[in-house]
Amino acid sequence: MAIEARNVTKRFGDFVALDDVSIEVESGSLTALLGPSGSGKSTLLRVIAGLERADAGDVFISGKEATALAPQKRGVGFVFQHYAPFKHMTVWENVAFGLSSRKRPKAEIAKRVDELLELVQLKGLGKRYPSQLSGGQRQRMALARALAPEPEVLLLDEPFGALDARVRVELREWLLRLHDEMHVTTIFVTHDQEEALELADSIVVMNKGRVEQIAPPRQLYDEPANEFVMSFVGPVNKLGDAWVRPHDIELRHEPNGSTREAQIERVVRLGFETRVDLVRDDGERLHVQLTRDEADQLELDAGDIVYLRTRHERTFTA
Amino acid sequence: MSQLAVDAARLPRARGRALGRPALSSGLALGYLSVIVLVPLAALSVKGAQGGWHHFWQVAWNPESKAALELTLGLSLAVVAINAITGTALAWTLVRDDFPGKGIVNTLIDLPFALPTIVAGLTLLALYGPTGGVGVNVAYTRWGVLLALLFVTLPFVVRTVQPVLIELDREMEEAAASLGANKLTIFRRIVFPHLLPALLSGVALAFARAIGEFGAVILISGNLPFKTEVASLYVFQRLNSGDEQGAAALAVLLLVISLGVLLGIGGVRRWAVRHDR
Repeated sequence: MAIEARNVTKRFGDFVALDDVSIEVESGSLTALLGPSGSGKSTLLRVIAGLERADAGDVFISGKEATALAPQKRGVGFVFQHYAPFKHMTVWENVAFGLSSRKRPKAEIAKRVDELLELVQLKGLGKRYPSQLSGGQRQRMALARALAPEPEVLLLDEPFGALDARVRVELREWLLRLHDEMHVTTIFVTHDQEEALELADSIVVMNKGRVEQIAPPRQLYDEPANEFVMSFVGPVNKLGDAWVRPHDIELRHEPNGSTREAQIERVVRLGFETRVDLVRDDGERLHVQLTRDEADQLELDAGDIVYLRTRHERTFTA
Repeated sequence: MSQLAVDAARLPRARGRALGRPALSSGLALGYLSVIVLVPLAALSVKGAQGGWHHFWQVAWNPESKAALELTLGLSLAVVAINAITGTALAWTLVRDDFPGKGIVNTLIDLPFALPTIVAGLTLLALYGPTGGVGVNVAYTRWGVLLALLFVTLPFVVRTVQPVLIELDREMEEAAASLGANKLTIFRRIVFPHLLPALLSGVALAFARAIGEFGAVILISGNLPFKTEVASLYVFQRLNSGDEQGAAALAVLLLVISLGVLLGIGGVRRWAVRHDR
């Protein structure tokens, strides 16, 4: 285990940020801490980094007890949501900081910084100041800075949160390639379930300071442990007590034993997918995802009465 | 939209830099100097320069005026050095530490501003003078003058550094810590460079104040020539003996020197903000 948190509790005044949280992160993995804001995911990351002291519980990094260890001694690279660039230093000096503050030889520092700047595609921008970089470049600088002292663990707090959508997608792919090359155990915090599903080997879903489920992406999506995970990881509909994903609903024009009736409120065509909004007699609303071909064959129009049948309906005992 | 706002906010600053104009707070320091000192400088220069350069030098420069000038500059630089450290430490304590009575201490910092300086001198004399209760007698010594100057200049560095410290992004320090830097390194390489511009503005103001201070020092110094007579007291003493030209001449000299020092501080300050935060 590269990282282990055992029964970690952290309060800020009356607010319980982490409530008896335990997680294990495998060496070399890419793990997502996923949850809404205030779920404690960033706090957990900060506790692992030593930037926050847990009120109770233990943290182990690479098998060593690290609970009381100063952040300087944890061998952890941390990338902040807003990157926390050293504004008064050049890009080169920023990346070199972790090495120069450890008094490494100058030649070694120069070699490593040049390598890293190349790795994060900032070669040639070493003399700039952070204020002269774009958001994506600043993000990559922060990553290079965190990687410079060769940490055993890389922690990223909402790494793509402050970027616009296009840069975000590019950086995601890039981070994935980087992780494949470097194999540094990485944990990142996100509130975006798509980001977690796309990047992570393992996802820790958090809510209100507690861990709801820890599972690989596919399992999380297909076998959510409870209603919270079901509704947070991907879109859902609620049909009475049952939950069903929008793509697990079939529509037809004729009733059939187990079908339920509903009226089409709206048909939205989004490229390859078509989204159909339905209302049932009791006022319940449903969203259905169809492929464009399915939708075209059915010739759906607003106002039509349709009959729906669900696949993979899910009920949870509370 | 927000990007536009950022660009718009940055524009005038960038242009100002291109023309080599001093940054805003140096401008304030010099503005302070103008109101208090530089405008009268013009009138003084006329007065002091009556009779030409040679004559000016003759009335301005004598062993007593030289001693007063040297003492003033020496003390003012000491005030700068001490304020830089204690002012930063006070600001740090007020921003980063929590202790009971913090609000009161924060208010106390401004008191030297509120007190008439002559009262400040009187108070210091009563406390640290021959009849003072603390057993330390610094009356009529240079230590006494230094004490008085430190008293009246205390707020400057605290009040310039404090807001910068409040605004400072704590994540930078956390990032530095996770990169292995110890506390001293974090202060030296991360915090201090961000405080430096404000610190320089603060010490420039303190310097300007110290070099011209009169009220707070007149009582505690005893005005002993060659020992505790600072430039302002020397000027006062020349005026009292009807030597207006001698007074004006030394004042001009004093002002030229302080202008030089302030410009120097302003230069360092511009260097310190070169990265255009």
